[in-house]
This record gives sequence, C-alpha cells and structure tokens, in this order.
Amino acid sequence: MFSKNKKVDRLLTFYLPLTMMLSFTIFPVYWTLNTAFKPEGDIVQRPLQYLPINPTVENFAMAWNNVGFAVFMKNSLIVGISTVVVVLICSTLSGYALARFEFKGKRAFLLMLLCTQFIPRSMMIIPLFVIFKNLGLISNPLALIITYTAIEIPFTTILMSGFIKNVPKELEEAALIDGCTKLQSLRFVVFPLLLPGIVATAVFTFIYTWNEFLIALMLTNQQSKFTLPVGLSTMMGEFNVNYGALAAGSIIALVPAVILFAYAQKHLVNGMGGAVKG
Amino acid sequence: MSYSQEVNEPALKINKAVQKKRFTKKKLIPYLFILPSFLFIMGFLFYPIAMVFYYSVQHYDISAPYYNRFAGLENFVQIFTQDKLFFPSLLNSLKWVVSEVGLQLVFGMILALLLNQTFKFRGMIRAVAFVPWAISGVLASVMWSLMFNEHMGVLNDLLMKIGLINEPMAFLANTSTAFGAVVIAELWRGIPFFAITLLAGLQSIPNELYEAARVDGANRWKTFIYVTLPQLKNTIILTTLLRVVWEFNNVDLLFNLTGGGPAHSTTTLTMYIAELAVHGSNFGYGSALTVISFGILLVFAILYLRLSRYEKE
Repeated sequence: MFSKNKKVDRLLTFYLPLTMMLSFTIFPVYWTLNTAFKPEGDIVQRPLQYLPINPTVENFAMAWNNVGFAVFMKNSLIVGISTVVVVLICSTLSGYALARFEFKGKRAFLLMLLCTQFIPRSMMIIPLFVIFKNLGLISNPLALIITYTAIEIPFTTILMSGFIKNVPKELEEAALIDGCTKLQSLRFVVFPLLLPGIVATAVFTFIYTWNEFLIALMLTNQQSKFTLPVGLSTMMGEFNVNYGALAAGSIIALVPAVILFAYAQKHLVNGMGGAVKG
Repeated sequence: MSYSQEVNEPALKINKAVQKKRFTKKKLIPYLFILPSFLFIMGFLFYPIAMVFYYSVQHYDISAPYYNRFAGLENFVQIFTQDKLFFPSLLNSLKWVVSEVGLQLVFGMILALLLNQTFKFRGMIRAVAFVPWAISGVLASVMWSLMFNEHMGVLNDLLMKIGLINEPMAFLANTSTAFGAVVIAELWRGIPFFAITLLAGLQSIPNELYEAARVDGANRWKTFIYVTLPQLKNTIILTTLLRVVWEFNNVDLLFNLTGGGPAHSTTTLTMYIAELAVHGSNFGYGSALTVISFGILLVFAILYLRLSRYEKE
C-alpha cells in the first residue's frame, strides 16, 4: 500500500509535470518537421495531417536551391566561424590576464566587462548603422563579425578567466622547472586542460552569431548577404508565404545550432553556474 | 673598500637598468593581453552608446541631412508631449517584461526542480528540455506562426477538437489575443535559460541542508520555502535582473510574429525604436527614445539590487 502511494505520488509530482513540460518544448519542433515534409497541397488540407501522409523532401530542395538558403547558410557560416576565431583569441588573452596577473586597473577592467552586460543590444542599432555606413561596410560580413565580437568578448572573457583559474598554476610552474619555455607550457600543459572550456566558449559564441537577428537586419540590405535569421524573417514577411519551404528552411537553420548545443550543453550548465555565481 | 666600491658601482647600475627594463616589460604583459578586447569594447560597444546620447540632442535624419542641427531637448519634449505611441508602448513594455520574467521564473524553477532529481536518461532529457535556448527568435517565430496560423494552424485544430472554440481564430491578428500569443511563444524560448541557471544553483546546495530539514520533519513545500529558495536567492536576483534587461530589449518575436500590430497592441518601447531604426530615418528621435529606455533600465537595475539586498542575508 505504502509503495503504491509512493508510486502515485511520483507519477503526480514528477512524471506528469515533466511530460507536460517536455511536450510543450517538443511540440513546436515536431510540428515544423511535420510541415516541412508535407507536399505543398497537403499543408493547408483539412482535416490536418498530424503525420505527413505523402512525405516528401521537395520543400528542402526548394528552400536550398530556389529561396536562397544555401547562400544564407554560407553567409551565416562565414560570420559565425570568423567571429568564433576572433573572440577565442581575444578572450583567451584577456581571460588569462585576469586569471594569472595582478595589475593596476584590473578591477576597473572587470567592472567595465560587467557594465557591458547591461548595455541593451537594441540600443546600438542606430549608431552601428551610422558607423558602418561611414566605413562603407553595410552588407559586408566584416560589420557583423566586428559587432558580434565586441558584444561577445565581455562574457567570454569572464567565462575563459574562470576556466583558466581552474587550471592549477603549479602545473604551469612545474612545466617551466622541467625546462619548458613559457609558450611550451601554455601549449602542452594549459591548452589541453583548457580545451573543454574553449569548446564551450566557441559553441556559445557560434550559437549567438547564428541566431542574432536585429543587428544583422540593420546592417544588411542585400539579399545575397543575408544571414539565416534575416533570410527567414524576410521570407515570413512575404505576401504569399510558401509554408513548406519556410518550415524546411527553419529545419536547415535549426540543425547546426541544436547539434552544437547538445554537444556542449553540459559544459554550459557548469560554466553558467560559475559565471552567475561570480 | 673604496676600490671594490668603484668597481662594483657601474656593474650594479647596469644590473638595475636591466632589472628595470625587465620589470616594465613584465608589467606591460597583462595590458597587452587585454588590449584587443579593450579596443573592441571601447570602439564597438561604448562608442556607439556615446553616439546615441549625442544624437538624442540632435535633429538627425539620414533622409534629409541638410536639416541636421543641434536640437537641445526638443526630441525629448516631443516624446513626452506629442508622441501618441510613447506611453502605450511603455505600458506594453511593462506588461511584456513582467509577464515574461514572472512566468519564465515560475516554469523555469519547476523545470529545474524536476531535472535535478535522479531518473533514467537524465542527461538526454536535460538536453532536450534546454534546446529552445539554442533556437533563434526568428526560428521560434516561424515555428509558432505555423501553429497559430488561422488556416493551417494546429492550435486552432486542437482547440476545436476539444470544443473550446467553434471556428478558427487568427490569434496573431486579433487585438485581444495577439499579445498573449507572442508571450507564450517567447515563454517557450525563455524557460530553458532560467532552468539552466537555477539548475546550476540547485546543484551547489549542500545535501546536509536537506537532510537536516528531513530530520526536522519538514515536508516538501516547507523544504522548498525554507531551504531551497534562500539558497537560490542570489542566483534568482541576478538571473531575473539580467532577464528583465534582456526581455525589455528583445524584439525578435514581436518583430516577426506581429510586427508590433494589430493596432500597435504589441508595440513595446524597444519594438517602437526598432521600427523607427529599420524602416524610418529620423535617427535623432530614435536615439532620444533609446536614451529614455536606457535611463529606465538603469534606474530599475539600481533600485532592484538595492531593494532585493543582493549578496546580503
């Protein structure tokens, strides 16, 4: 009797709410997939098909070739990968300085990093447009790479300094005593231990650039330079929306971010916890 | 004695000079390390913000540059006295932020508590539950627009099946449902952020506290109120503050699902600014609105940290 009560209790307070929350999470993704695999005629057909009766990949071909998702994907990849590289270089350096050196102005620099977290991103669209227009970089991926780097550096610096602090200083010193140069000790001792942190930082940055919308919209006005979010948004705003291609395009945009996220999410929980706790 | 001094002094001097040189070089290293980051932040975060303040007191219209001039407080006066959209959009921002952050905190907490328990496939289920965090606002807009759609939307179909409505509704085009519909879509994307940070917080609560509560005979609810919540206090304060700033500024879903409509019922202050910036050309006016929202957020952040006694018992 007791154990039965316990089972009912577990069902009501655990399995039921968890199932409900997971359904809420999964259903929109499922519905987009469902729409993406239906032929165009079937999408508006009533009764609604909860599974595609005539599954097809024509929407994907359409989105990739005719609507321009191949180009949007290429643009997003260029911006994302370049930003990740620049952010990693800058934030590893500054994170190392914060973790390993005492210097005048360190607290001021830290405060500056924290302040940036309260700068509204949407505040910057007007001045950024003017700056990059004057530099002649509107519709140039460089504008997005520079802006995203500036936006990501504060958080990733704090993240990296946390990861570097976790690598014992003694290991580095031991390597120096054993005859490594400073650079060798960084390369062969610190770097391997830091790799999970670097991966987490890279994934975090990449997902941000992959998803950012408002700045990309403001700084791009040629369709051939659109990133995925701007391309999707433009497609949504069209008069005759091709829902099948729209859904398929979404899935194309979704997959890289979700795979990277699934790979790095464990580090993210740990990293976030560290960052939030200070 | 004097002989040895004479010999040693120059050597000492050289030694000191070398030391000094090394010293300054070593002292420079941390500054060299932070230099690239510093330049990016100054040039492309702080400088743009300074520009916003500068433009807010200018007549600055990119479509009519010949009329650009210093305007003093004219933009601000116009906003407060003539702008018919300013106060309604401010009210919408308040509604937007309160409902989003409040609901995300509650559901994020529930999700974090559930995912903190021990069960089969925990790692995988956690990953699935957090996925919306990695999905962009535009993507979420596409997904939810497919569901809200009047003609092919699954939501209408489901609601009609269980008999709640008789005929399909255009959720996003109706002034009484549009705001709520966007709130739900944004909630979908926002819950994981809270769940992630709260779960990290939950994991750092020492188990002894729970054991002590059990020994004292506290039930689940009491344990939550007297053990879990106080331990999570700082996490909650910081997460909600960051989230208020973030949601105040977030327009991805509003922009793509409703575009601020119908009849401006979903135009928040930031949405208003985004409209002006993307489709308009009066950047001076947009900047003045931006300065006002910056002021609101700053005052809020200071008050919030003071009143919530962050990092104090």
